Amino acid sequence: MRLEPIENPGIARRLGPPALALGATVVIASLLAMVAGANPFSVLGLILKGAFGSQFAILETLNRATPLIFTGLAVAVAFRAKFWNIGAEAQLYGGALVTVVFGTGMLALPAYSMLPLLALLAVIAGALLLLVPAILKVRFGVDEVVTTLLFNFIFLLFISMLLEGPLKDPMGMGWPKSARVLPEARLPRIVEGLRLHWGFALALIAALCVWVIQTRTTLGYEMRAVGLNREAAAFAGIPVNRVLLQTALLSGGLAALAGFSEVSGLKGSLTLDLSPGYGYTGIIVAMLALLNPLGVVISALFVAGIFVGADSMSRAAGVPTYLADIMLATALLLMVLAILLTRFRVVRG
Amino acid sequence: MGAGTDVVLRLDAITKRFGGLVANDAISLSLRKGEVIALLGENGAGKTTLMNILFGQYTADSGSVAVMGQTLPPGNSRAALEAGVGMVHQHFTLADNMSVQENITLGVDPLLAPGLNRAAARKRILDLAERFHLAVHPDARVGSLSVGERQRVEILKALYRDMKVLILDEPTAVLTPQETDDLFATLRQAVASGLSIIFISHKLHEVMAIAHRVVVLRHGRLVGEVATEDTDKSALSAMMMGGAEARAPEVSRTEPGRALMELRGVSTPNIGNAPGLKDVTLSLRAGQILGLAGVSGNGQAALAEVVGGQRKPGSGTLVLNDAPPTAWTPRDAVRRGIARIPEDRHKTGTISDFDLTENAILERYKGTPFSSHGWLNWRAARRFADEIIQKYDVRCPGADTRIRLLSGGNMQKLILGRVLEAAPQIILANQPVRGLDIGAVNYVHSQLLAARDRGAAVLLISEDLDEITRLSDVIHVISEGRLSPGFARGQKSPAELGIWMAGQGFADAS
Amino acid sequence: MEILEILFTASFWAAAIRIATPLILGTLGELICERAGVLNLGIEGIMVAGAFAGWMAVYSGTGLWMGVAVAMGVGMLFGLLHSILTVPFGLSQHVVGLGVTLLATSSTYYAYRLALPEVTSPPKITAFQPYEIPVLSDLPLVGPALFSQTPFTYLAFVLVLAVSLILFRTPLGLAVRAAGENPAAVAAQGLSVTAIRMGAVIVGSGFMAMGGAFLTMSAFDSFFFEMVNGRGWICIALVVFGSWMPGKALLGAVLFAAFDALQIRVQQTEFGADIPYQIFLMMPYILSILALILMSRRAQVPAALMVPFNKGER
Repeated sequence: MRLEPIENPGIARRLGPPALALGATVVIASLLAMVAGANPFSVLGLILKGAFGSQFAILETLNRATPLIFTGLAVAVAFRAKFWNIGAEAQLYGGALVTVVFGTGMLALPAYSMLPLLALLAVIAGALLLLVPAILKVRFGVDEVVTTLLFNFIFLLFISMLLEGPLKDPMGMGWPKSARVLPEARLPRIVEGLRLHWGFALALIAALCVWVIQTRTTLGYEMRAVGLNREAAAFAGIPVNRVLLQTALLSGGLAALAGFSEVSGLKGSLTLDLSPGYGYTGIIVAMLALLNPLGVVISALFVAGIFVGADSMSRAAGVPTYLADIMLATALLLMVLAILLTRFRVVRG
Repeated sequence: MGAGTDVVLRLDAITKRFGGLVANDAISLSLRKGEVIALLGENGAGKTTLMNILFGQYTADSGSVAVMGQTLPPGNSRAALEAGVGMVHQHFTLADNMSVQENITLGVDPLLAPGLNRAAARKRILDLAERFHLAVHPDARVGSLSVGERQRVEILKALYRDMKVLILDEPTAVLTPQETDDLFATLRQAVASGLSIIFISHKLHEVMAIAHRVVVLRHGRLVGEVATEDTDKSALSAMMMGGAEARAPEVSRTEPGRALMELRGVSTPNIGNAPGLKDVTLSLRAGQILGLAGVSGNGQAALAEVVGGQRKPGSGTLVLNDAPPTAWTPRDAVRRGIARIPEDRHKTGTISDFDLTENAILERYKGTPFSSHGWLNWRAARRFADEIIQKYDVRCPGADTRIRLLSGGNMQKLILGRVLEAAPQIILANQPVRGLDIGAVNYVHSQLLAARDRGAAVLLISEDLDEITRLSDVIHVISEGRLSPGFARGQKSPAELGIWMAGQGFADAS
Repeated sequence: MEILEILFTASFWAAAIRIATPLILGTLGELICERAGVLNLGIEGIMVAGAFAGWMAVYSGTGLWMGVAVAMGVGMLFGLLHSILTVPFGLSQHVVGLGVTLLATSSTYYAYRLALPEVTSPPKITAFQPYEIPVLSDLPLVGPALFSQTPFTYLAFVLVLAVSLILFRTPLGLAVRAAGENPAAVAAQGLSVTAIRMGAVIVGSGFMAMGGAFLTMSAFDSFFFEMVNGRGWICIALVVFGSWMPGKALLGAVLFAAFDALQIRVQQTEFGADIPYQIFLMMPYILSILALILMSRRAQVPAALMVPFNKGER
C-alpha cells in the first residue's frame, strides 16, 4: 500500500475519519466494560452523567479541565515548533513549588499584587526548567524527548526531598506536605458559592493569547515555520535556535501556570499527588485539539469530562477508572491516524 | 550494430495516471538483447514514470511488462530484479554509512540465509570492477565517495546480479564530459557481453553517441521511434519538442559594470565529505552572469552559503559594495539586496505546508511592510503574494493554496517573484532550472537575463554545462573547493571545461 | 575507603548484573527498532505490560519460560500496533510512541484491577532462581558475579550476542541496518521496507516486554504499579550511549547498573546516611542525561531514524 495526497478533500473526507475514530473509541471502551462484567450502555451513561449530569459534575469537570488547558497549551505550543516537550509534569510542579515557596509567607502583599506576582514567578520557574533541555538540544543536539522525560523523574524526586525537608509543614502530622499558602495567595472563586476559581478564567485567557501569538505575530509565524521545515526556515533567515528557545520559555511558562492555578486556586498547598499526570495528559489534549490553542479548551473539557465521569462511574459500576486512560490513549492513536486519512487516501501499489 | 534479434523486454500499452495527469499513455516498446535504447524526452514527458513501472516501483493502471517472454507481476520490484532488470536511479539509492560491499550485496542473498559469504562477494566485486574498469574499493564507506564513484557502485550493483536489462536514469547529469566518456566505454563493453540497456536522457549528443535506437516521449505519449543511424539531432529535437517549439531566450552581449560583491582569498572548512572553499577569489559584476561549472559536491554549496549569508568566510574577505559587511546572516544578505534562489525549492526554498502568502514573505516578514513591533500585517502580505502571482504568472487556485500543491515550475516562479520584487543587486541562482519542464526553464532563464540587463550581478551555479555555457558571460570551474580562472564566453570548449571539472589545470593540482 | 572496597566485592557486581538485565533487554529491543529507522517511545509502557503479562501467566499456572513467552507475545502485539501506525502510515513516531506507552500502561493497570480486584498487597510467584554454571561459577570474583545469575539473565546475554551476529553477519541484518540508513536503497533491491521495519519493531518490542518481565519474574516475584519507573526512557538513553551497537549497549547498561548498585550501598554507609535518599534515586536519571550529552557529538545516528518511507513519494 501507499499513501496518495487528496488535493481537495470534501466534507465527508474531512469529517468522516475523525468521527469514525471517536466512534471506535466508544466501541472499544464498551467492549472493555463488558470484559469487566458491566453493561456497556450503563457505563457510558454513567460516565456522561458523572461528567456533565449535574451542576456539581460540571463544576468538577471545569476544575479538572483547568490544569489540562494549561498543559495542553504548553504541549501545543511546543509541538507546533516540533519541540517535543514531554516535561510539562515537571514544569507544572516547578510552578507549584514557586507558588508555595513565595506564597506561604516569604512575600506579604495584598491579593491584587500578590497573585499576579506569584503567577509571574511561576511562569519564570517553568520557563527556566524547560530552558535546560532546550539549551542541551540547541547546543549539543541532545534529543529533548528523553531529557524532558527524565527531568520529570528528577524534579519529582527533588520536590519529594523538599517536602520531607525544608518545605515540610510542621503542622502536617508527618505527611510530606507543604504549609498552606496565605489567604492573599489564594485565587478567589469566580462566582461566590460555586466551586470554580479564577484559574479557569486565566486558562481561557491564556488560550486566547496563545492563539493570537500563533496567528498574528512574527513569533508565531516563526514557530510554525520552524516546526514545518527547519531547513527552509534557517535558509530564509529565521534564527531557528532562538525561536526554539523562545518556544521552550513559552511552553514551560504555560505548564507552570497549571501548577500555580492548582495550588493557588484549588489545593492551597503542595503535595506529591498535586498532579495525577496532567503534564502527560496535556499531550493527549493538545493532539486531540490538532495543536490549535482554542481547540485545546474544548479537548481539555472533553478529556476532563472523561476522567471525572469515569471516577463516578467506577464507584457506581465497579469498572476500574483506568478505563478512562485507555479511552484517551485509544482516542489519541486513532485520531492521529484519522487526521492523516483526511488528507491522504490509501491506494494499492 | 551489435543488436541481436531476440527480444528480452517488452512493454505493452502501459498507461499510468496521477490524479488528472496522464503520465504514460498506452506506451509500448521492446528491447533486444545487446541493444541500447535511448528514451528521450523533456522533463515531465513521462520517462521516469515509465521506468518506475517497468522496475515495479509503480503499478500501471493498465498494460503489462514482460521479460524474456514472462509477464512480470505489477508493482513488484523483487520480481523485476529476479527477472534480471536493474535500475540506476537519478538519485542514487545508496546507504552512505555503509561500505561499498554492503551496498552491493544488500538483498542479493535470501534474507533468512544463515550468513554472508563476504570473501566470495569481495572477490566477485573486485573481478567485476576490474573487468568493466569501475575502480572502487569494496571497503570504502559510500559516504566518502565522489559522485562518479557512487555511480560506479550503482552499476556494479546491477552487474553483480547478472542483470539482463539495465535502466539508467539520466546517468550523465552528474558527470564531467570525461567521466561520461568512461561511462560509455563501460556500457559498450557490457553490451558486448550481452547486456541490454535503456538509457534515459534529454541530451541529444549523448543519445546519438550511445544508442542504437531512440524512443521519444512527449506529454506521456510515445511520439517517435527511430534507429540512430537514420536520424540526426535536429530531427530528434523536433520530435521531442513537438510542433510548438519552445524558444530559448536570446542572449545578448553586455558590458560588465563595477564589482558589486567580491570574494578575496576566501576559505571555509570542509563539512563532512563536502569540501569547503580553498582560497577562492571572484568578483560579481553588475550586468554580468557569472557561471559556476562543476560536478556537484565540489564546494558549490559552500560558495552559495557564503554568498547567501548562511556562512561567514573562515579566512579571506567578503566585500560587498567595496566594504566587508559587519554582520553576515541570511537576513543581512537579504537586506543588502541579495536574491537567493536555493538549490532545492522543496526542502529549502519553500515550506510545503505554508500557503503562497506565507511563503512569499518568508525572507522579509520582519519589519515593514509585513510586520511592525512583532505584529504581522497579513493584508500587506496577501497583497504582495497576489502581485507575484499575477506578475510572474504563478498558476494556482489562489494565494491561500498550500504551496505543496503547485508544480515545480510554479513553485520556482513564486520564489523568483519573492526575490526579484525587491529589485536585487545580486542574484544567487543555485540550480535554478533543475527538474523544470522546457517552458519553465526558458521563463527562469529569461528572468535572469532581464535582471542582468538592468544591471544586476548574477551568480549561476549549475551542473548542466550546456546551461552554463549558453547563459554565462564569464565562466569559472569549481573542483574540490578550488576555483579556476574566469573564462570569457566561448573561450573554452565544453571538453576543455571538463578537464578543469575533473580537477586538472589548477595551480596546486599534482 | 569504604566505597572502593565495595567495588571489589562479588555481591556488588552480582547485583549490578541483576540490575542491568532489564536494561539490557530493553536497550536491545529499542536498538533493533532504531537500527531499522523507528524510534519506539512505546518502550516504557511495553515494559509495564510485559512485567504484568509474564507474572500473571505464571501466577495463573503456566511455567516460568511460558510466562516469558507470554510477556514477549504481549510486547509483540503492542509492537505490531506501533509499527502499523508508524511504518505504512508514517505517523509521528513521537506521538504514536507516547500513545502506545499510555495505552499499554493503562490497559495493564485495568487488567490488573480486573484480575485481582480484592488484593491489597500483590501475590507472589516462584520466580527464576539463580543457577550456578558449573566450573565457571567457581572462578574468583567473576564466578559469583557473572555465573551465579538466573537463567533469565543468561538469556539476555545470549540475545545480545545473537542480535549482534544477526545485525552484522547475515543478509537480514544488512537489510535491517540499510532500512535505518536509507530505505530507498532497500526498496531499490526489491525488498519491502515496510516488512523489515515492522518486523524489527515487533521483535524489538518483544525484547522490551521481556525486560519488563525480568522485573516481576527474576528480580522480584510480584507486580507493582510504577515498578518500571522510567527504565524504558533510560534504555533509550543507553541506545545512544552505546552508539547503536549491541555490545557497547550491554557495557553501558552494566556500567549504569553498577552506579545504581553503588548508590544503594553508599546510602547504607555512614557517609550516605546524611544525604537525602532522593538524591540517590535521582542518580540514574541524571546519569542518563549526562550520557546523552557525552555521546551527542560522537554517536553515529542511523541516517533515516524517524524518517518515514512512502514508496509512492515523487
